[in-house]
Amino acid sequence: MKRLLFLAPAVAFVAVLVVFFAGLGRDPSRLPTVYQDKPLPAFTAPPLRPGDVGLSAADLQTGGPVLLNVFASWCGPCRVEHPVFMRLRAQGVIIHGLNWKDQPGQGLRWLAENGDPYVRVGDDPTGRIGIELGVAGVPETFVIDKQGRVRYRHVGAVTPEVWSGKIEPLMAKLRSES
Amino acid sequence: MRRMAVAALALALMAGPAAAVNPDEQLADPALEARAHKLSKELRCVVCQNQSIDDSDAALARDLRIILRERIAAGASDEEAVDFLVQRYGSFVQLKPPLRADTLALWFGPLGVLLLGGLGAYAYMRSRAPQKVGALTAEDEAEAARLLNSDKAG
Repeated sequence: MKRLLFLAPAVAFVAVLVVFFAGLGRDPSRLPTVYQDKPLPAFTAPPLRPGDVGLSAADLQTGGPVLLNVFASWCGPCRVEHPVFMRLRAQGVIIHGLNWKDQPGQGLRWLAENGDPYVRVGDDPTGRIGIELGVAGVPETFVIDKQGRVRYRHVGAVTPEVWSGKIEPLMAKLRSES
Repeated sequence: MRRMAVAALALALMAGPAAAVNPDEQLADPALEARAHKLSKELRCVVCQNQSIDDSDAALARDLRIILRERIAAGASDEEAVDFLVQRYGSFVQLKPPLRADTLALWFGPLGVLLLGGLGAYAYMRSRAPQKVGALTAEDEAEAARLLNSDKAG
């Protein structure tokens, strides 16, 4: 018994070491969203495309699972993930977009130049709608289930690896949910 | 030329860290501005995570400073103004975490470790302390006297 007690600090030290070592590989910018498993708050974003309907929270409640991608023309990683979304759109994945803190006309030009993968696109030039959603930067992508609840928020570019490794399996699971 | 450069460098090094708050963001009422300024020092910038929104030059930090001031100007209490941001970005934005059930370990964990360590150290030192010696018996005294006097006898 006495001998075991003597080992306790060493065991505790190893436990702490394991926890800290596991923490080393985590990216501190990947914060959980406060809307995890909850619907996003109500918002109405004016249309980015002229003559369009824009984007509102109600659009995310139906036809799920859907993706909500927050993007901007000035954002580098958005350029990386854009071809992925173009491919997904062709495959029938429903993607809505929110153009965050862009200069007037820049978001529309971005879509004209790189293609438009979005079903609905809202314009958020002041960034206030994004702040309502807890967006810290672009790109961010929300995975929303059939009931309109956020099931995952991805911070950073949705690369082909992120899609096939994380989001695609989740979407398949959400599709099978009632 | 060289001296000029050295002087310029010295001046640059002397310059204190300036707050990122721009004049156009500040509230006209100095009392409200002081409150907003104090609160913004306690809120973490979610872009550059080890800076407060008061220190950060990030565009989002500027937006959050303005939102904070809007809430305060609209009559929100300090708590309400901070809660507005916590509701959107989570408790992570509070540089000083609130005392809650899920933050107990954060607040009192180090104290717990200190107590455990102290207890361990106390138990260890007690086990190593020399046994207390009792008073000498008459026989011991006689033996000691005999030994001490043995040189003289020899």
